[in-house]
Amino acid sequence: MKISNRKFFAGAFLITALLAGGVSNYASSSPDGLEKVAGDIGFIESAKDHALSDSALADYGVSGVENERLSVGLAGLIGVTATALFSFGLFMLIRKKPAVKNR
Amino acid sequence: MHIPDGFIDIKTSTAFSAAAAIAVGGAVKGARNQLSEQSAPLAGLTAVFIFAVQMLNFPVAAGTSGHLLGAALAMVLVGPYAATLALSVVLIIQAFLFADGGLTALGLNIFNMGVVGVWASFGVFFIVKKLLPKTKSSIVVASFIAALLSVPAAAAGFVLQYAIGANATFSISTVLGAMVGTHVLIGIGEAIITALTVSAVLASRSDLVFGWDNQNTKLEIRSQK
Repeated sequence: MKISNRKFFAGAFLITALLAGGVSNYASSSPDGLEKVAGDIGFIESAKDHALSDSALADYGVSGVENERLSVGLAGLIGVTATALFSFGLFMLIRKKPAVKNR
Repeated sequence: MHIPDGFIDIKTSTAFSAAAAIAVGGAVKGARNQLSEQSAPLAGLTAVFIFAVQMLNFPVAAGTSGHLLGAALAMVLVGPYAATLALSVVLIIQAFLFADGGLTALGLNIFNMGVVGVWASFGVFFIVKKLLPKTKSSIVVASFIAALLSVPAAAAGFVLQYAIGANATFSISTVLGAMVGTHVLIGIGEAIITALTVSAVLASRSDLVFGWDNQNTKLEIRSQK
């Protein structure tokens, strides 16, 4: 079963948007591995506040959006869009250029 | 596993930023030769997918969560060079837009996840692949094992940085034991997500998968020269 490029990319983008925009609300909020280890051992004390901790999207929420679900989902979709622009731009720029056809 | 500012001193962070910059520069060169008209969009998509799935923390043990790193997944799908770049893109977006992962720690994070994670999974994947029959199931198994080991490998990268330039004085062996132990558990989740995603892409577009197509592509290039 081989599906077309169009179906493959459309499907993958849809799944990705659902994950970042919806499923992200069900993510565990427990500390991650490094944070947990740092807290247990004690070197979490040496962490400094992020220089951009007051920015509009800090910690995966949109500041000013009261509804938690909406805030996280929107932040996820903005992140997906930003990552897409950056990564597609980069990879299209550095890929092997197709051989120039007679022009 | 995103390191915040402050854990590691500036001197060490700068040194690892330089190392990461050299690796990313090498990855640009490598990816230039490897990415085709077909695989470049998949590399872009892989970065976006990793960003999304990194938001999905899953519980691993009491009071601890983990999320996909994505190094092994990207390596299997688009090759190690593009994988290093995809992870770097994700880490840059996270640090600058979402205040996730310190700005001075960006080089440390790219080094651990985008370089150590990717190349450790590359090594493991090709060893396991060699030992197994040439089937799609073998690719899934090799992806599973590579993903499982890539997470403690990246965690060990942090321990190395901690050993060189921590701003704290807790014993290195304590940090090593706790980091590797916790991240082996997270690695199980990593392995499951990676294996499922690789199976899905193999089932729908195996022609795009670097880890599957690799050998054929190499032979083709050689025969044309």
